[in-house]
Amino acid sequence: MSTAYNFAFLDENTKRMLRRGLLKAVAIPGYQVPFGSREMPLPYGWGTGGIQLTAALLGPDDVLKVIDQGADDTTNAVNIRRFFARVAGVATTERTAEATLIQTRHRIPETPLREDQVLVFQVPEPEPLRTLEPREAETRSLHALADYGLMHVKLYEDIARYGHIATSYDYPVLVDGRYLASPSPIPKFDNPKLDGSPALMLFGAGREKRLYAIPPYTRVESLAFDDHPFEIQRWEHVCALCGSDESYLDEVVVDDRGTRLFVCSDTDYCAQRRDAAVASEENAEAAA
Amino acid sequence: MSALLQVRGLSRRYGARIGCAEVSFDLHPGELLCIVGESGSGKSTLLNALAGRLAPDAGSLRYRQRDGSWLELGALDEANRRRLAREEWGFVTQNPRDGLRLDVSAGANVAERLMALGERNYAELRATASAWLERVEIDPARIDDAPGAFSGGMQQRLQIARTLVTRPRLVFMDEPTAGLDVSVQARILDLLRRLVTELDLAAVMVTHDLAVARLLAARTLVMQRGRVVESGLTDQILDDPQHPYTQLLVSSVLTT
Repeated sequence: MSTAYNFAFLDENTKRMLRRGLLKAVAIPGYQVPFGSREMPLPYGWGTGGIQLTAALLGPDDVLKVIDQGADDTTNAVNIRRFFARVAGVATTERTAEATLIQTRHRIPETPLREDQVLVFQVPEPEPLRTLEPREAETRSLHALADYGLMHVKLYEDIARYGHIATSYDYPVLVDGRYLASPSPIPKFDNPKLDGSPALMLFGAGREKRLYAIPPYTRVESLAFDDHPFEIQRWEHVCALCGSDESYLDEVVVDDRGTRLFVCSDTDYCAQRRDAAVASEENAEAAA
Repeated sequence: MSALLQVRGLSRRYGARIGCAEVSFDLHPGELLCIVGESGSGKSTLLNALAGRLAPDAGSLRYRQRDGSWLELGALDEANRRRLAREEWGFVTQNPRDGLRLDVSAGANVAERLMALGERNYAELRATASAWLERVEIDPARIDDAPGAFSGGMQQRLQIARTLVTRPRLVFMDEPTAGLDVSVQARILDLLRRLVTELDLAAVMVTHDLAVARLLAARTLVMQRGRVVESGLTDQILDDPQHPYTQLLVSSVLTT
């Protein structure tokens, strides 16, 4: 652990400010709380919001897992994990079940989360209405008045253009029947995992200086039309490595002749399943 | 018959300058009232103050709700003002580009107000949008085109459809035909006259064109320098103007 920095990089007053914001966010599920976002040693868009929340939440006994697009071994995940190992000296893991705090970009782990786990999302654009209404003062009024008809204009446009709701990530949700929120750019495949989750879910947008929360066991509803209900992605393939037919699959081009491979985007989930398969094979051999 | 909108002593100033001053009138259900006057006479200020888009400095504004009770608009909070604007009123702007969403399709433009009221069935929204496009003489086949690809006259008709789709009780119109060529104007006026009768709308329309007033309005207010100088039946005002300013307005209309 590097002693040149305060524990978990940020000074105590900043962490206190962040925690106050988080308490307010938990008290008003889905409401975007402004906070004084700090300069962090990584560029905007790389998770400055998430990293600040993680810094404010980490304790010496925490076990940290960081994923990027579901993977533990991508640049963003590796660097953020190493950063906190260095400035906070906390234990890190790649196993979802062992982690107490998980910072994520673009995915929710396949392994079901527990009550003693916290998920921190990196959010590029916290305002779901932004593409339709550029004025911040106006979007805040719309939130205050729960005037959300506008969001359906986007879904209407999707159906008119593509015949179905083509929004496949950052799919807008209504939190606790009150606030419209962006679930961050997770695939809509993960939206059902937000609903009634036992784990606390926190969202941080560093550039936009907003944080919000979905407390445990909160009702989270994905918007839809009566005759075009919410649907998640399905694949005709199973994971080429672990054979899972229930996880979110990435399509990987493996050569220059168009050969494609479908693999789990959650690397930990995939590795666990492969280990379990190997173990059960060995057991079967030992028994025979 | 009791009024729908009751205006008493309404004033709005811009610093020392007068926007509109001490305007009083009643608007009855199903009535189309025209406000005429030259450029800068305070017509648009008055209209925006009536529609709640501009806070008046003095005067009272009362609106009769469906249940017959009076609503004091000056004391209305933002949430209820928006609800009223969404559910019971409509506003047609002079430039259709201000009133439309140019980056979403014509169908979504028409359906937006319905969705704001909680309509959540796509097929029904689309059927209603299509029916309204037909009603304002736009080919329903263009339902998925962006309004940016429409002509000025079509855009204005689209804005009218978008405003009237929720069947408001009261519509404010700010020179809806200005900036359009004469034949297009005639079509839109014809359309408005038909829709106002069909839907039994009450409307306040601002115009500088006396011909528009004569064609559409039963009653007319004439404004000059922020004040109403003459009011009454449109035909009476245009055929027998009493105020020197109205006489000037009427006599300066080109006749062929």
